[in-house]
This record gives sequence, C-alpha cells and structure tokens, in this order.
Amino acid sequence: MQIKFSLNGETVELEAAASRTLLDWLRDDRGLTGTKEGCNEGDCGACTVMVQDETGVRALNACILFLPQIHGKSVRTVEGLTGPGAELHPVQAEMVRHHGSQCGFCTPGFVVSMAVGHTNGRCDHDDVLAGNLCRCTGYAPIIRAAEAAEDAPVPDWISDGPVPCDPLKTAPESADELAEWYAAHPDATLVSGATDVGLWVTKGLRDLGEVAFLNRCRDLQQIEDTGDTLRIGAGVTMATLLPVLRDHHPSYAEMVRRYGSEQVRQAATIGGNIANGSPIGDNPPALIALGAELHLRQDNNRRQIPIEDFFLDYGKQDRQPGEFVEAVTLAKSAPNLRCYKLSKRFDQDISAVLGCFDIGVADGVVASARIAFGGMAGVPTLAHSVIEGLLGEAWSFETIEAVLPRFSDDFTPMSDMRASADYRLKSAQNMLVRYWHEMAGEQVNVLEVRP
Amino acid sequence: MSVAKSLPHDAAPLHVTGTARYVDDIPLPANTLHLAFGLSEVAHGEIVSVDLDAVWAAPGVITVLTAADLPHENDVSPAPLPEPMLAVDTVHYVGQPIFLVVATSHLAARKAAKLGRIDIKPLPALFSVDEAMAADSRFEDGPRIYSKGDAAQAISQSPHILEGSIEMGGQEHFYLEGQAAAAMPQEGGDMIVYSSTQHPTEIQHKVAHALGTHMNAVRVETRRMGGGFGGKESQGNALAVSCAVAASITGKPCKMRYDRDDDMIITGKRHDFRIDYRVGFDDEGRISGVEFLQLCRCGWSIDLSLPVADRAMLHADNAYAIPNMRVESHRLKTNTQSATAYRGFGGPQGMLGIERVLDHVAHAIGRDPMEVRRLNYYRDMGDTGPGTGQRFGGKHSPNAEDIGPETTHYGMPVEDFVLHGMTEALVEKSDYFRRKAAVSEWNASHATLKKGIALSPVKFGISFTLTHLNQAGALVHVYQDGSIHMNHGGTEMGQGLFQKVAQVAAARFGVGAEQVKITATDTAKVPNTSATAASSGSDLNGMAVQAACDTIRARLASFVAERAGTDPADVRFEDGAVHVGNQALPFEDVVSDAYLARISLSSTGFYATPKVAWDRIKGEGRPFFYFSYGVAVTEVVVDTLTGENRILRADILHDCGASLNPAIDIGQIEGGYVQGAGWLTTEELIWDSEGRLRTHAPSTYKIPACSDRPDIFNVSLWDGENREKTVYRSKAVGEPPFMLGISAHCALSDAVAACGAGYPDLNAPATAEEVLASIGRARS
Repeated sequence: MQIKFSLNGETVELEAAASRTLLDWLRDDRGLTGTKEGCNEGDCGACTVMVQDETGVRALNACILFLPQIHGKSVRTVEGLTGPGAELHPVQAEMVRHHGSQCGFCTPGFVVSMAVGHTNGRCDHDDVLAGNLCRCTGYAPIIRAAEAAEDAPVPDWISDGPVPCDPLKTAPESADELAEWYAAHPDATLVSGATDVGLWVTKGLRDLGEVAFLNRCRDLQQIEDTGDTLRIGAGVTMATLLPVLRDHHPSYAEMVRRYGSEQVRQAATIGGNIANGSPIGDNPPALIALGAELHLRQDNNRRQIPIEDFFLDYGKQDRQPGEFVEAVTLAKSAPNLRCYKLSKRFDQDISAVLGCFDIGVADGVVASARIAFGGMAGVPTLAHSVIEGLLGEAWSFETIEAVLPRFSDDFTPMSDMRASADYRLKSAQNMLVRYWHEMAGEQVNVLEVRP
Repeated sequence: MSVAKSLPHDAAPLHVTGTARYVDDIPLPANTLHLAFGLSEVAHGEIVSVDLDAVWAAPGVITVLTAADLPHENDVSPAPLPEPMLAVDTVHYVGQPIFLVVATSHLAARKAAKLGRIDIKPLPALFSVDEAMAADSRFEDGPRIYSKGDAAQAISQSPHILEGSIEMGGQEHFYLEGQAAAAMPQEGGDMIVYSSTQHPTEIQHKVAHALGTHMNAVRVETRRMGGGFGGKESQGNALAVSCAVAASITGKPCKMRYDRDDDMIITGKRHDFRIDYRVGFDDEGRISGVEFLQLCRCGWSIDLSLPVADRAMLHADNAYAIPNMRVESHRLKTNTQSATAYRGFGGPQGMLGIERVLDHVAHAIGRDPMEVRRLNYYRDMGDTGPGTGQRFGGKHSPNAEDIGPETTHYGMPVEDFVLHGMTEALVEKSDYFRRKAAVSEWNASHATLKKGIALSPVKFGISFTLTHLNQAGALVHVYQDGSIHMNHGGTEMGQGLFQKVAQVAAARFGVGAEQVKITATDTAKVPNTSATAASSGSDLNGMAVQAACDTIRARLASFVAERAGTDPADVRFEDGAVHVGNQALPFEDVVSDAYLARISLSSTGFYATPKVAWDRIKGEGRPFFYFSYGVAVTEVVVDTLTGENRILRADILHDCGASLNPAIDIGQIEGGYVQGAGWLTTEELIWDSEGRLRTHAPSTYKIPACSDRPDIFNVSLWDGENREKTVYRSKAVGEPPFMLGISAHCALSDAVAACGAGYPDLNAPATAEEVLASIGRARS
C-alpha cells in the first residue's frame, strides 16, 4: 500500500508491504543504520524511534512497527536528533559528558527514549527508560545524563507535526468503517499496536495474509466518563490509559506502570490485550476483578458480556468471525482494588502470576469479593472457590488462612520458564495474605521501601 | 599528562549520534549474500537423513551447505580438541547447526533455514551434572585437584564442621549487538573478514583452515563490538568461517548475523556449577580447612572449559588464607550449549563457593559475616611505610616481626593484599555498623518485609593462566604533520580500552589524546594477538603501545639532542612540545624536521608479562602477575510472601591501582556490579526436559533493567598504585568488579536468615521463587 510519512523532517512516500517493519526499512533500504536491532521483539529498545502526530510525541520500537502504522506520522531516528548544524541534542551531549555509553549499541535507542522523555517534560527516568536495556553501564551514568538534561530547552528542530495523507484502504478511519470491512473480511488479522502480531512476523516468520490496521480509528481511542463508569475504547493505548487509572485505580495503575515498557505501552491497546486472549495478559484479571463489561461488535450488531465470559479456554474466546472488541466498561470507583504483579524482573516482564483483589467488608463481614488471576490457568479467571469461602465470613486472618487451601480447588497452574506450579500456587495464596496485611495498613511492597 | 584523566570514551560522540559503525552497519555491495544456520531440534542423536529440498526451493536461496559440502576443515574450536561447525553424523545439543543457508536476504535465509527436514534417531541425552557424573561424561581423564596442607585432617580436628552445597546458574552474555560477521572475497583466494570478535587472530586462524590456506591470506578487522563479556572470544568463529566459506564458494560478499533467539539457542553461556563443601573452623570462625567439590557443566564441546574450570579452582580461596584446602574439579560434558568464556571466566563461580562458606560459618556461630571474613583474610601486605616496620617483600626494621606473604592453595605468595585497609575504609564510608543495626531494628518490627546487608571482598588474579597468551603487539605511526596513528592487538567492546591506550600514547609524546587516531584492530597491522580477555587489555596493549611510542620518541630525542648538542636523556615531551635545552619546539615541527632528516617515524612495540609461570596440571606456580581487589556493601529488601526482592543501596571501593582513566574505570565497576548482581538474582536459564532452552529472548531471560540498579550507588577508587610495574602502575578492571555483585547475594541470604533459625542455603540465581524457597528453609 502507498504510505506517506515524514522521516527526520523529510516527506517520504513509498509502497509498503503490510508486514515490513520500519526497522528493516530504515536499515536495509534507507541506509540509516543508527537504529539498531537488538532483539527484534520489542524487549530491548535498541531500535527506539520518536514518532509524532497530532496526539503528541512518543517512543516506539521500530522492530515491531509495521510501515503502514506510521502512515501520516512523523518519525525521527537517532540521526534526526542532532540539529541542522550537527548540534547535539541536550540528551546526547549529557550522555557524552556523563560517560553514558560504553559499547554504544544500546545508546541510539537510549538517546531517542531520553529525547522523547525530555520533549514531554518527563523526569521519571526509570519508567521512561524501562524499555531500554543496557548491558554495560549498570544504568547509573545514563540516569545522571538524563537528570542533567532535564532543564535544557527542547530544541526547536525536534518538533514535527502529522503529515497530511490520504486514507488507506486497509487502515479504516472509524469503527463503522472497520466493522463493515471486517464483516466482509472475517479471516483478516486486525493489527492495533502490533506488540504481539509483530512477533508473529519477526519471530514466527509468518505471512499475515489480509491485514487491517486500526490505529487510525480515532473513535476507538476515546475514554468516556459516564458518571459511575469509564468506557474505554478498544484502541486506547496503555500509555493513554495509565494517567486515567492513576486517578481512579492507583493499584491497577501501578501494575500498568510495570506493564511492558514505555515503548510497548505507547503501542499496545487495551482492546488488543483482551482480544488476544492470552492467559498472561495483565489487563484481564484487573478488569475481571472490577466486574468490567466487554463490548463486542460484528458489523452493526453489538453485544455486551461480563469480561470473564469472553475467555472460554486456552486460545479460545467468545468472538464470532468478523466480530471485534469495541470497548470495555469498568467501574470508576473501587477503593479496595489491589493488583499484584509477580515477575522475575519488576519492569518490562511478563507476569508469572497476576492477582487482583476487590473485597468489600461490611460490619466486619465479607460482603463482596472479586478475585481474579492471570498465569494460573489457561485463561484469566475468577477464583470461584476462594471467593465462595470468603463471602459471609468474618474479615479476619483466620478466615484468610481457612480459605487458602481452596486455591488448589480453583487452580492447577503449570510449570514453565517463569515459575514452577508450586510457586505459582503458593504465591497466589500469599497474595491474599498480602492483601489482608495491606488493607490492615502494613507496608507490603518492596518497591515502596527506600534506603 | 593525558593519563589519569577522566576523558570520555573516544567513540562517545559517535555512539550518541548513531554513527558508530558495527559489523551489520558496514555498507556492503548490493550483491551481498546472507546466511543462516538450520539447527538441531534434538539434544542427542544420530542423523539418519537430511532432506533439504524445501530449503533449496525457498525464495532467494542461492546454496545450502552441509558438513560434507565444506571444502576444507569443519572446525571452529578454540581449543586443541575439534568442534565441528556443522554437525557430522551426530548432534549433541538442541540448537547445534546442521546446515548453512546462503540466500539473497537475511529474512530469506532465516525462513529457509526453518524448512530442513532432518531425521534424527535420538540417543540418551545428559543434561545435569549428576547425570554426567553418573555416566562419567567429562573432558580430561579425571578431576583436577589443587591442594594445600591436609584439609580432611584439619577439618576432622576442628571444633566445628559444616557441610553444604550451592547451585549457581549460568548466564547469558546478552551483548546488545548479537554475533555478526561479513566476508569480502579478494583476488587470488584471499579473504577480508569483518567480525564482531574479541579475538581477531583466532578468526583469522580458523578462517584460514576452513579455506585451506595460510593465515597470511586472511585479514580480519574489528573496529568495535556492541558488547562482548567473553561471549565473543570463541563464539564468533562459526559466523566468520561460514561467511568466508560461502564467499569463497559463491565469489560474493557474505554476511551473517544471528537473530537474538538463534544467538541465545546456539551460543555458549557462563558455566553453571554446583559446589559442595566441607569446612572446619573454631569458635571465632577462623577456618582451618576447606574441601570443595566443583561440578562444572561444560556442555557438548570443550571450548574454553578447561581454563574456565581452572580459574574457578584458583579463586576458591578468594581473599582468605586457609591453611588447608582441597579443590576437586570435574569438567562435565552434557548435551547442552557449549559453555564458554564469560566475564570472570570461572572466577565468580569459585568465589561464590568460598563466600557461601564464610556466610555459612558466620551463621553457624552467630557472628557478623563481615567480621568472620576479616578474620580469615590474607595478611595485609599493603600496610607498609613508616611506623609499620614493613616494606613490600619483607621486614624493613630489624625489630619488626618477620612476616612474609602467605601463599594461596596453588603456592602463589599474596604480596599485594590490601583488603584489610579497604574493608576498614568501606565499613566507615558506608556507615556499615549503624546500618547493620538499623536493618536488625527493621527486621524486629516488620513481619512481611525483611532487610539484609552484607559485605563481600574480591581478590582476582590478573593474567591469562595459559602463560604464552600474556603477550601483545602494537604499531604506531607518526605522520609528517605530527598526527599519530595507533594500532594494537586489543579489541574494543565498550570497555574503553582504546581510549585508555590512546591516553598512554599521547602521554608518551606529551600531546593531547585527541591527537592520537584510534584505529580498528587489524590482523594485518599487528599479528598473533591474544584475545581481549582476562581483563588484560590495557595491561598488555598499553605496554606494547608504550614500547612502540618510546622507540619513536627515542629517535626524536636523539635527533633534537644532536641538533642542539645536548644529551637525549634531557629531552622532554610535554604540553605538545619537545623541550630541549631552553627551547620548547612544537611537536609537529620536530616531527616534520625528523621526516626531512630521514628518521623513521613508525615502530612496532611488544610486551610480554614478566614473572608468570604456571603448571596447571600440578596446580603450582605463579599464574598471575598480580591481584586486583575490591569490596562492596549491599543492602536489600525481601518480601517474605512472594520472595520478591531488590537492592536498596550498594557502596563499593575498588582497587584500579593508579587508574589510567578514573571515569572509564568507574564505568566498569558500576556496570560490572549490576551485571554480577543480575547473574545472582533475576537472570535464570531454564532448559526443559528435552534439553530445549526455554529462556532464549529478553522476553524470558531477564537482565537488570534501569530500575534494578541500586537506589543509592556509591563507587569510589582505592587510592593506591600497583606494586608491579604495569602501565603507569594501573590495574586491570574488566572482570574483578563483576564479583562485587556477590555482596547482593550475601545480603539476600542475610535478609532471609532474619525469617528463622535455619540456614537459608540460598542458591543462585536468587529469583523471587528461590528466595521464597529459601525462606521456607530458614523457617524449618
């Protein structure tokens, strides 16, 4: 398909195959080899590029970014960070001054992430850079460089806007267009952020067949406040959702802060995370605990189901051919919601176990309980037996201890490279214990301990 | 003078602008072909048939090669025993290359490589060290044993005896730039190879054999690597040889780079170990004897496993003068990736073994492990000078006690021990005692989250234990405009070697470092080089470059002295000028005049490390020129419900001698510590029951991320010089700080010990899961 975008300030038009990644095009066709391939799956950040449109400036992994996804946008690579007179961007200058590079291979990705963070006035450097791996420096000098650049003005040469362009046939501009097209092409693959589909191509070496790109459906990217609930469009990225969650569900937000990385959250959508049906997606357990409703659409037929009913079995969802996730509705208030993400590494790691708890206590008795887990079964699911054991009982440590054996009624987890079955079961049980301690006011999070 | 200055890495401006060129960035002709390996999916078996029809038929495929198609040697081993590049008859691990695809693009080659149909009759496979021991599957005919005194007897006569065992996982290098090579065929069958390698001479050697030619027909160039860490000492051979052979067959340039998953599945990693121990000690914790059994999992081929396992034995004492010691080391052959060099080269594993022993002993007698460590340290030979009655090498005052250096379990005197002073200084700097008390208070008042703190030392031996490798060459030109071109056999993998050596060259000529052009390592400029490994880069190449510079400098000095009628010894090279008599002549002018006077302005330089002599079979001699030292205090917090843990603070004091570039050295220390802590915490390699590596990408193998560095991270350099005559009295820094990460593991053990009376027996890596299991042991 014919696409148009801006590259380092210059308009580019080209015929792009749907599954051609921006990284391959930059390096192989364009000869811009500053952007590196470190892992080819969006986990190391060496390929980070700056992408701008009318919604802002973001960092994305070029290795899992298909060319049609940048239609109408502006891209800056590391080569485009320096000024017209080869002046270094402040983050580049500080990286040199603070010895922030050693082997230098991760450095282009770091400086692009840093430049995006700098442009957006971000000072939470650990979060901005969680998606950039460095094996040499131990990160300390990189953070010193990022801090030193904080107050430098944003160079004027950095700002690009969107690029006027014609719509693409396979990139619908609205949910209505998508619904009509998808009903007529029910076997097609829908690509929103490509943080998963990207790997089908770069690692699975798959041919995607017919594809539609959803990132131009602006109406799918809306968050609607209905009073008691939030209706989140399927195309809302995790980066857009994060500040909204911070306002309403801080514990869920803290989990999302650790979800993927900045680059991944800027691409990944909540709809994609749900529709994908993964047993280890991080949104579904939180949404199940919140009692969220899923909005599905096929052509002009819409239906609404409790989100837990969507996940039928491993790899199988309640979704008809041509049907897609349009939105999810969740409660605005759930002060007792706590989300516990357990992974080998705190940042940018897939959960071994994700436990979400929302337990209501009235007059010392458990009046309501929604407890959902990811990583414990073939699908994200409620802990039915545990919930049953809690309801109507006194909210006490004795009650907690009494229901712990019920976890093995609800779950028979598996062993894999992330955790053993025994550890999954034990830590899931202990998450309920942690929840008890946390609701009692005890400090339970190692991330909150400061030296 | 340009040495001892904190200049930035020479390539830093190129790094930050994306203009630093790595192998995959080198512009190659449009007809360049791309390579990928077809891999074994079986851990051990006989190849019954190989059907490559679908591979040949795949789009873009030019040719497909199996072992039988290789024109000459099929060997990429860095050791005397062969290692086939493409499997012959038998496969030995999941991921072993069986055939080589040559195609028009990287993607076409990768896709075609998946299409081979290989029929393999499975044979019994060995995965664990226990399985290998039971099957007597090993390299070398039996275990190596190094010993001193009679450990068994000393232990039996000790007031206290402990036994234990620690498992420690391997480690993926995760250099950000994967393995890569390219070959350009030349006239007359010659070959130019670009390789991301720590060892260009080895590449040259293996390529020459694979092409059936001599080393003089092959030129290997390495400008830089995107990280090496030991993983590019031997593991790049297969790619370079493949490119050269394919280029020779097709007559076209060929390039090969592994996709990250292939890289992790094919290449070797750090050796995992199990170390069993028995120790005897007194009420104070003074150790009288230790016995170690080191079980080292080497994988399917020998690679560098023997010297790695040797170095593990050589570091089984770490900083402790243990009068009776026995180390028995088994180098076990398994059906897994061939474990290879990785920063520390066995040293970290050996050191973790003895640090575990110290931790266990301290726990058993209820003393602060830091005090027990100090109690067992080697005698400090660093306390010299007025009032001590001691000088290096023995007593100075006739009234002083006659105390010579203590010797290691392999008979080497420890003459430069400085850890008493360093430990004292760090204990104070890090406020250790107050914080230790605060940790106890925290633990008394918190049920769920526990803290731990620990100090651990490093004493690391510097030199290749294969003595002949301790040599280096350099080539320096001074052009008639006064600019300097520097070349040596060391390779740049990010460690700042080139800048440090350029600073040496600049200092010899008394000019600024920017006047020295740093050039790519090139086997045609400096021959017969050793790998840039064993932390030796600056020591060896710095001295070789110094020698080359000094040869040219002596010629210039004679020239100007003769002209001025003075003694060449009075000529000084400083501040960009040549000082002779009362004159300060600009360096450029002197060079230009010397050229006109027909004086050679080019020289080679050579260096061979003195004093080293080692018998690795007997385990006797002086394997190391000297030791590098460091000490770290780490504080951690642990969640007793899930085992989640993190580092809160690390304080480090490290000995770089008289540092050539303090900023670059501190960079090595910070980076080494975080990498070492990663090895011992989140970095876990998992193989399934079929021998398939399940952690073969950053999605599943977790190196430290930004937020995993300590919240407070204080690194400082010990103010001292190397007692040996190294380049400007500096010390090697590449590997030693990696082992400072052991303090994080010890701190986790300390936190877990606060959960109960039992000994935590914490294995490595201390993932959240392992920490939770260890909490269970402490409570039982």
